[in-house]
Amino acid sequence: MRYAETGFNLEIDLSRGSIEKVETAPQLTEFYLGGLGTNAKILWDRVPPETDPFSPDNLLIFGTGLLCGTPAPGCNRTIVTTISPQTQLMAFSMMGGFWAPELKYAGYDKVILRGKSPNLVYLWINNDQVEIRDASHLQGKGAVETQELIRQELKEPKAQVAAIGLAGENRVFFASIEQGRSSASRQGLGAVMGAKGVKAIAVRGTKDIHVAQPVEFMELCNEVLSYIKFREENYIPGVIPILARLGSPQEMAVHDEQWHTENFMWGNSRHRRRDYWNEEIAKAWMETMESMRTRLISCYNCPLKCGATISIPGLPTYMMKCFSKLTYTMAAMSDLDFGFKIAQRATEYGVDGYSTPQVMAFALELYEAGILTDQDLPGMPSENEERFYWLLDRIVRREGIGDVLANGTHWAAQQIGKGAEAYAHNNIKKHEQLPLKLGMLNPIYFLMYCTGEKINITQIEGQFPQAPFPTREEREAFVKEWFQVPDERFKQYFLDWELRGENSMPFYPTVEMCCDIVDWQERMHYIDDALGMCAGLSSFHLKPPYHIHNYPKFISSGAGIDMDEAKLTQAAKRYRTLVRAINIRRGLRRADEKPPEDHWKKRFPELEAKLLDEYYKFKGWNNEGIPTQESLHELGLDYISEDFIQRGILPEKE
Amino acid sequence: MAERKKKLVKTIKVDVDKCNGCRACEVICSAFHAAPKYSGNNPARSRIRVIREPLKDIYVPVYAGEYTAAECMGRDKYVIDGKEYDECGFCRASCPSRDLFKEPDSGLPLKCDMCESDPTLEKPLCVQWCLNDALVYEEREEEVEEEEKPEDVEIGLESLVDKYGLEKVMDSFARMSKSKKG
Repeated sequence: MRYAETGFNLEIDLSRGSIEKVETAPQLTEFYLGGLGTNAKILWDRVPPETDPFSPDNLLIFGTGLLCGTPAPGCNRTIVTTISPQTQLMAFSMMGGFWAPELKYAGYDKVILRGKSPNLVYLWINNDQVEIRDASHLQGKGAVETQELIRQELKEPKAQVAAIGLAGENRVFFASIEQGRSSASRQGLGAVMGAKGVKAIAVRGTKDIHVAQPVEFMELCNEVLSYIKFREENYIPGVIPILARLGSPQEMAVHDEQWHTENFMWGNSRHRRRDYWNEEIAKAWMETMESMRTRLISCYNCPLKCGATISIPGLPTYMMKCFSKLTYTMAAMSDLDFGFKIAQRATEYGVDGYSTPQVMAFALELYEAGILTDQDLPGMPSENEERFYWLLDRIVRREGIGDVLANGTHWAAQQIGKGAEAYAHNNIKKHEQLPLKLGMLNPIYFLMYCTGEKINITQIEGQFPQAPFPTREEREAFVKEWFQVPDERFKQYFLDWELRGENSMPFYPTVEMCCDIVDWQERMHYIDDALGMCAGLSSFHLKPPYHIHNYPKFISSGAGIDMDEAKLTQAAKRYRTLVRAINIRRGLRRADEKPPEDHWKKRFPELEAKLLDEYYKFKGWNNEGIPTQESLHELGLDYISEDFIQRGILPEKE
Repeated sequence: MAERKKKLVKTIKVDVDKCNGCRACEVICSAFHAAPKYSGNNPARSRIRVIREPLKDIYVPVYAGEYTAAECMGRDKYVIDGKEYDECGFCRASCPSRDLFKEPDSGLPLKCDMCESDPTLEKPLCVQWCLNDALVYEEREEEVEEEEKPEDVEIGLESLVDKYGLEKVMDSFARMSKSKKG
């Protein structure tokens, strides 16, 4: 008997139109947990490094987390894995919502797509009945619209549907997969889905998911719920609103946007508007929010309301979450009203809310600089906001300049030339980042930016405060009930961290401490991604309900896998290393591991080199960032060593 | 003539405005009613369901009431705050017109029992797990007419008869008793 998981994957070959239900080995779950861990193993085994992202040989894996479908609150993530067209590396963007639990109830842990359908199709997974159905009538339809049309067509209002919009069909490198109030947006997963000729996957399941030790498991769930309640009643003092309370984050609930609007950059991640926020703007934005936001809503089995239904007069209703609230607004130097309106169109098109606004702002910057001219942008309106709509329409259709821009700022700049490269200034590993430009180097963030293979800072950071608290008293108060730390030493790191003086950035936390802190933060994210837990209840937050001390118990009593903290840490390290190995095999090296040049004004090349040197050692990687034979052996990953030696990535054994 | 008696009625007050649509109520209900308790969960077996139409902003948690053999003749629609609700959207019955509140395997009707257990729970679990207070447990005294309650077995058999017809149930019963005894 399998617990928490179903023990079956759905293998779909789109070229042949074949569907197979394949039993999986329980040993793989023990070794790699589930979700991201087992996704990575499949990608390593079956997608050779020379595979083009759009080739039929690339896989698109929809993996549920190990604990999805159990009563563990907030555990609902689908981890979508493939090779990204934009970064050419492994992509593993995730979505919340309702899809993963539904797939579990239908009897599957993963849906693995290979090949390429000759015509546009959608998949209908209804318990044991799985069909590939024609989707030609859905071609060009919006991602939100499509979900509704499929539910009507199937006469199954309870089906959960993940769909792409026009952007995915046209292989825009930052196309998303949309599903209910959620989306898997980063790194162009929607483009790979489009390349496979799959418009949507609809799921309905009515089977049971079992847990190994019911009473113990429920006790843990109840503890988590009471702690969530406690945290909702007791915000963390001294940090910005979205970090003070749980959620992924609570952008839809928060009205006060002073911090984001004055500290994040506007336009093409260029302009800081220090005194932007005032009473008048606060009032106008509040009115926009109150008039358009119909309801705060949640993902499956989660009490936090991080999403919202947005209904704008004259436009179809859509659902929004997180920071896309501000990205369009700030890229266009506009207001919240514009941001909500253009996000409606963007959501139907199915594009990433981080990359898309930056790509458009980048294009307009090139135009202002004379690198793009009227000839490149024929018919572009003169009004600023209209230009954003105009560019969005061109990009998702790959029309004219849109065809170039649809590949993201890095590739577009290469193609445009004439110095355009300097304007694609906010990328890591060819992928657009949050619009942040800061003063003093933060050594913790430096390491996370460099080595994060999710290539998205919000999905690496979280457990440790972003900055020191001003006074010793505040710090002491903070560490008092900080039981989530893996070891007491983390409290000391924080207690001694000062705003100024000897124990301040960039030389404090010390290099060794930084390695320790980054490793902890990253570990918690990787555990979430294997279990299917939302980072908003876990790794993204200070003092979260899920942590290294209760996770092993959740896994033991839920999945029936004997687990403790050391074993869990080792497992997370194993599949984290496997993710790295996949990317190393695709060419990732130390030279790629750097934040945007202008991320901080004050840089310290010597310190930065030392940070990377030491962190690589800490992780068991050589100076190029390649996992060593020794560390691979220790993790039971000798097959990676053998492959690396064969390819000349690592030297022969001495 | 039935006797009028005072009775403690246990109810769940549903505030649809507070529902965040997360379906935690379905999860915990089906886990509680699993055998052994909490050993599994499956919202399709839940005795409370959230009727959701997110794009219309419709979220109605409905908990299972009585079984009914026949569906209603003609149905009304309700428009509340500009949102159009299907009448069935508020209905608690396990009814032939829909798959709600039926065991997915047997098709037998499901009914909310307010998480009856020993020791008694303070509140039904769906209420406990709804941190947004869309579900609130209420007890009130009501005068009711006492009537003879049919036994559980009888309820079960009756629904089988409704579903498959008396003939078929009798045949199966005869066959089963024969094989069990023989």
